[in-house]
Amino acid sequence: MTPATLVMGAVAYAPKVVTIWDGFKEHFVAHGLPFDYVLYSNYERQVQALFDGGIDVAWNSPLAWIRAERIGRARGQPVRAIAMRDTDCDLTSVIVVRSDSGIRSLADLRGKRVGVGAIDSPQATLIPLDHLRQQGLKPGSDFSVRRFDVLGGKHGDHIGGERDAAKALMAGELDAACMIDGNHLLFVNEGTLPAGRTRVLAQTAAFDHCNFTVTARASGAQIELLNKLLLSMSYADAAVRPLLDLEGLKAWKPGRTSGYALLERAVDAARFYDAQGAIVESEYRY
Amino acid sequence: MSPSTGTEPAAQVDTGELGFERGAHLLIKRALQGLRPGGRLAVRSLAPDFAVHLTGWCRAQGHRLELGDAAAGLAWITPGEAHAHRWQGAERAGEASAAQAGSVAEHASAAWGLAARGALVESGGPDFGFALADKPAIWADDIAHLYTQALGQQWNPDEAIDWGASFDLPDEVEDAVVQVMTYLIENENAALLLPARFLGQVHPHFREVTQLLAIQIADEARHVEVFTRRALLKRTRMGVSTVGGQASLKTLFDEHEFAVASFLLSVLGEGTFVSLLHFLQEHAPDPVTRQIARLTARDEARHVAFGMAHLEYQLGRDPALRSRLALAVESRHDALAQTSGLNEEVFDALVLLAAGGWTTAQIGAGFDKVQALKDDMAAGRRLRMKRLGFALDDATRLAALHTRNFM
Repeated sequence: MTPATLVMGAVAYAPKVVTIWDGFKEHFVAHGLPFDYVLYSNYERQVQALFDGGIDVAWNSPLAWIRAERIGRARGQPVRAIAMRDTDCDLTSVIVVRSDSGIRSLADLRGKRVGVGAIDSPQATLIPLDHLRQQGLKPGSDFSVRRFDVLGGKHGDHIGGERDAAKALMAGELDAACMIDGNHLLFVNEGTLPAGRTRVLAQTAAFDHCNFTVTARASGAQIELLNKLLLSMSYADAAVRPLLDLEGLKAWKPGRTSGYALLERAVDAARFYDAQGAIVESEYRY
Repeated sequence: MSPSTGTEPAAQVDTGELGFERGAHLLIKRALQGLRPGGRLAVRSLAPDFAVHLTGWCRAQGHRLELGDAAAGLAWITPGEAHAHRWQGAERAGEASAAQAGSVAEHASAAWGLAARGALVESGGPDFGFALADKPAIWADDIAHLYTQALGQQWNPDEAIDWGASFDLPDEVEDAVVQVMTYLIENENAALLLPARFLGQVHPHFREVTQLLAIQIADEARHVEVFTRRALLKRTRMGVSTVGGQASLKTLFDEHEFAVASFLLSVLGEGTFVSLLHFLQEHAPDPVTRQIARLTARDEARHVAFGMAHLEYQLGRDPALRSRLALAVESRHDALAQTSGLNEEVFDALVLLAAGGWTTAQIGAGFDKVQALKDDMAAGRRLRMKRLGFALDDATRLAALHTRNFM
C-alpha cells in the first residue's frame, strides 16, 4: 500500500516560492518522505485548511501561527511549531526618521504622520504600532497612521509595503516609517533610503517569525521524519544550498513558541483576531 | 570588554564612525577571516544605528551576536559555519595560465559553468550544457600563440584599403568582379556562421579556443563587409546566387562534429579559398580588389592554420578520426554529385577577370589561368592532407573529391 502523502501549505507571496518548494519536495521525497505542497494566495485560507484537513503542515507567518494557535485551542485541536529558520529568531522592528528631522524621541511623534506596511504585517505594522502604544502613543489619535497596503493576506511577506513607506518618508510625505531591522540596511544598500539620511528612532523588543505549524491530526511518524530532514539539511550540501539561500536561512532550527508574545499583545491591542482566532479587523482584505 | 559569558575574544575590530551604510561590513569580514577557529571577534563602533545593522547583518550571515553596552558601541561576534560550508566541496577549474602544466583539463566539468579557468568554483552551480567539453575535440598546440597572432593581424577596412583608388573597368569586367564578390560573400557567410554555431558549444574553460573562434568570426564579418563594399563600389546591385552553391554550403552546416567541420571548412574549404584569393590578388583588374584579396587571404590562412593544428592535435590522440574525415569528404561528394558545383557565372567571371579583355588570346589565357588555379587548389588540399597523415593515394583521391564550389 502506498503510504499517504504529507501535504504542506505555503503562501505564494512571490514566484520563487514555487522554486523553493519544488526543490524541497524533491529533497524530501528522495529521502523517503512522501511529500507534496499546496500554494495558497493568503495565510487566512491556509490556516483554515490546516483545520479543515486540506493540509497536514502549514509554513506559517507569525500572524498565521497566532491565529492557528487560537483556533486550535478553541477547538481542542492544539497546534505546535516543529521547526523554523535560524533567521526567524530574535527579529526586531525599527521606527525610522529622516536624519535632519527634529524628532528626537518617541514623544516627538505626537501629531506626526507615521507610515506602516500592510495591515496584516507583524513586523511593519502590528508590532511597531504596539510598541508606540506601549510608550503611551495611541495610533490614530496621538499620531496619524498611513498604511502602505501591498498584497493583503500575505502578512507582510511581500516587503513592498515597507519599501513604499520608506520612499514616502524620503519624499517628505511621512515623519516616520516602520520596518523590520534588516530592511533598514537593505533599503539603504539598494538606494531607497540614501545613506546617512535616516536614523533609527526606536527599536522594538525581539520577536520570532515563521514556523512549520502542525496539528495532532498529521501522522506523527511523518512529522518526525519531516522535522529530522529539515534539521539535518546542511548549508554545505550544494543540492539544497540554493534553496536555503532563496528561503533566506543558513540552517533550520527546532521550533519554539516563546518569541510570539509581542505579536500576541499587538494582535489583541489592534483587535485583529479574537481569542478564538476569528478575524475581527474590519478593514482587512485578502 | 567581554560580556558576562565566554572567554576573552582573540581579535578586535574598531570601525570608528564608519557604519554599515558605508561599508563597515568589509572591516568586520576581514577581521573574521583572521579569527582562529572557535574564536570570537570583539567589535567596537561609534556609527549611528550600528547595533541595529550589525544585528541584521549577523542574522543574515549566520553569525552569533552578543550586544554589549550600547553607549560604548560594543558587540561580540562568534562566526557561524555558513561561509565554510559554502566553500566545502568547491573545486579549482584548472589553472589560469595555459603555460602551466596540467592547467587545461582533459575534460572540463559541467560544474565549472562559466567560471574563469583557475577560479575556485562553488559546487552546485547550473549546468550550461556545453557539448564540447573534451580537450582533444577542440584543442590545438600553441593555440595561445595563434590567438595572439590573430589579434595582432586585425585590420580596419577604412584604413587598410584605399577605397578611393582611381580605376575604370569595362562594364562586363566590373560585372564579373561584382559576381565574384557576390559568391565570396555567400561563402563567407558560411565561414562566419559555422564556427559561430560551434562557439556556443565550447566549454569556456578552453578559453583560447573560444577567443580564437571569436576572432575568426570577426574576420569573416569584416570579409563580408569588404566584399560587399567592393561589389557596391560602382554598382547598386549584387550578382547571382545559385542552388548548387548553396547546396554545397548546406552540407557544411549539416556537419555536427567539430573536427569534421573544421576539416571540411578550414582545411579543405578555406584552404582552397586562400588559393582563390591569391589568384585575385594577382589577377584582379583593379587595385581595390587586389588589396582586399591580399588582406583576406592572410586572415583565411590563419583559419587554415588553426584547422590544421587542431586536427593534428586530435589525430595524434584519435587516429580513427582520419577515416571519419575521409568518409565525410566522400559523403559530401556523393551528396553533391547531382548538383552543378561552381556556378557558371562565377567560373566565367573568374576567366574574364584573369583575361582582362575580350580578344580570343586574352580569353584563352584567362581560361588557362583558372585551370591552373584549380590545379593549385587541388595540390594545396593534397599537401595539407598529407600533413595530416593521409597516404598519398588517399590524399590525391580525396583532394579531387572536394566540392567544385571550392568552399
